[in-house]
Amino acid sequence: MDSALIIEKSVVIVAVFVFTMIMAMYSTWAERKVAAYLQDRIGPNRAGWGGLLQPLADGLKLFAKEEFEPNTPNRILFFTGPAIAMSTALITSAVIPWGDKLELFGRTVILQATDIDVSILYVFGIVSIGVYGIMIGGWASNNKFSLMGAVRAASQMVSYEVAMGLSIIALLMMTGTLSLKEIAQQQSGLHWNVFYQPLSFLIFLICAFAETNRTPFDLAECESELIGGYHTEYSSMKMGFYLFAEYANMFISATIISVLFFGGYNYPGMSWVIEHWGNNAGNLLGMLALFVKLCFFIFFFMWVRWTIPRFRYDQLMHLGWKILIPLGIINIVITGIVLLRSEIFAFLGF
Amino acid sequence: MSSLQTISLSGSKKEVSKKEMTFLEKLYLIAIIKGLWITIKHFFKKKATIQYPDQVRPFSPVYRGRHMLKRDSQGRENCTACGLCALSCPAEAITMKAAERKPGEEHLYREEKYAEIYEINMLRCIFCGLCEEACPKDAIYLTISKELVPAQYHREDFIFGKDKLVMPLEMAIRNTQQNSVN
Repeated sequence: MDSALIIEKSVVIVAVFVFTMIMAMYSTWAERKVAAYLQDRIGPNRAGWGGLLQPLADGLKLFAKEEFEPNTPNRILFFTGPAIAMSTALITSAVIPWGDKLELFGRTVILQATDIDVSILYVFGIVSIGVYGIMIGGWASNNKFSLMGAVRAASQMVSYEVAMGLSIIALLMMTGTLSLKEIAQQQSGLHWNVFYQPLSFLIFLICAFAETNRTPFDLAECESELIGGYHTEYSSMKMGFYLFAEYANMFISATIISVLFFGGYNYPGMSWVIEHWGNNAGNLLGMLALFVKLCFFIFFFMWVRWTIPRFRYDQLMHLGWKILIPLGIINIVITGIVLLRSEIFAFLGF
Repeated sequence: MSSLQTISLSGSKKEVSKKEMTFLEKLYLIAIIKGLWITIKHFFKKKATIQYPDQVRPFSPVYRGRHMLKRDSQGRENCTACGLCALSCPAEAITMKAAERKPGEEHLYREEKYAEIYEINMLRCIFCGLCEEACPKDAIYLTISKELVPAQYHREDFIFGKDKLVMPLEMAIRNTQQNSVN
């Protein structure tokens, strides 16, 4: 392998890593700001202009906090929990196509850390491992509330993964590929999947809310019953890792929604721009388009959080198992019929 | 003639119906979109926050805030330490120690007796204004400062002495100048 490729990939990986971290950091700021604005308040505005240094101040505070450990026999697991949560949240971004390709220094740089042809399966796999971070953390805390919170979070994530998978199958029947890059490419010129698979998008969106443990599905945390949920016993940067992982997950969910259903880096008139202004300008604009889309979805996550009250736990399970999963299956059947309509018509003798 | 069950004296009686929801209502999607519309309208509304130390809420002219010990038109302290304010104070927040005016201090104190120490415990004070009513020398006022008592870290810091209570000299000068113009 030539060293230029290694350098190129390293740069892309570091850039994606830094970007994910910064987005997660500023999601915490945006969350507080959006919450404040939706409630007719102003929100943090003391640290830096418009409170832009607030995430740094928060991080600094978390680092400076006392590192408290409960009296637990599972000390190693207690440390492993947040580490798993954080790393799973970060490595999903490896397969996301941030753009098509750039031409720099006579090389074609693919704007993706790695283009494996089972990207979606990879994402789903990593997201499933994310449950372990929560579950191990809750278990190792040696605390009933933490364990209950972890059990809630884990069962909710496992349940909604099924519906999420089913909603994606209908999409995959259309695209015929598991690679996120190809799915993004297929949607060029406003052939966005959301127009062809609205039901699939709706199910996926709801499941994304449940997977990231956000309102209206934030049952893992509950002041009156479970205190802080699975991170009750965590303090200092270990808790910071859990919270950070949540925001990183939200960022990844928003990106995956944009790539799967909203055309990824495609924007109307992309081919015209590439033809007239060159490949690099077109693709940089594409990256910007993806950024705008994912920012909208992060905003949407927050917007919904401050609009809809949370579910009761049985309602949550009812929605997941009795509504979303049957809907997902119906969607698969309808998609199948539409895809094979000519064969079916031929079979019926039209 | 309506029966007792249906009569509405207030005119706002409403019949509550608990009818079965239609399919569209059961989906909740329309309700959620309505809710999102309401919250996004608030996103662009004017914010209700008043950022206190930087921005001050307009007080009414009779608002009773932090006390101020007045100076007269020549900048001399009005207070003679008679103790009527302390006596009238229902919360027993005021203490003072009187002293005699020395020769050469006539420009500082209006009368022969003045308050050497004058302290108000702002944690005890209930801002009722009885001290202001009791004062025979027009010395103490709650309506002039237009200020709230700021937050502090220690209880001791809430005991305000003369350094914080007496009207600043610049303010007295400004008042005198304005009065002479009028």
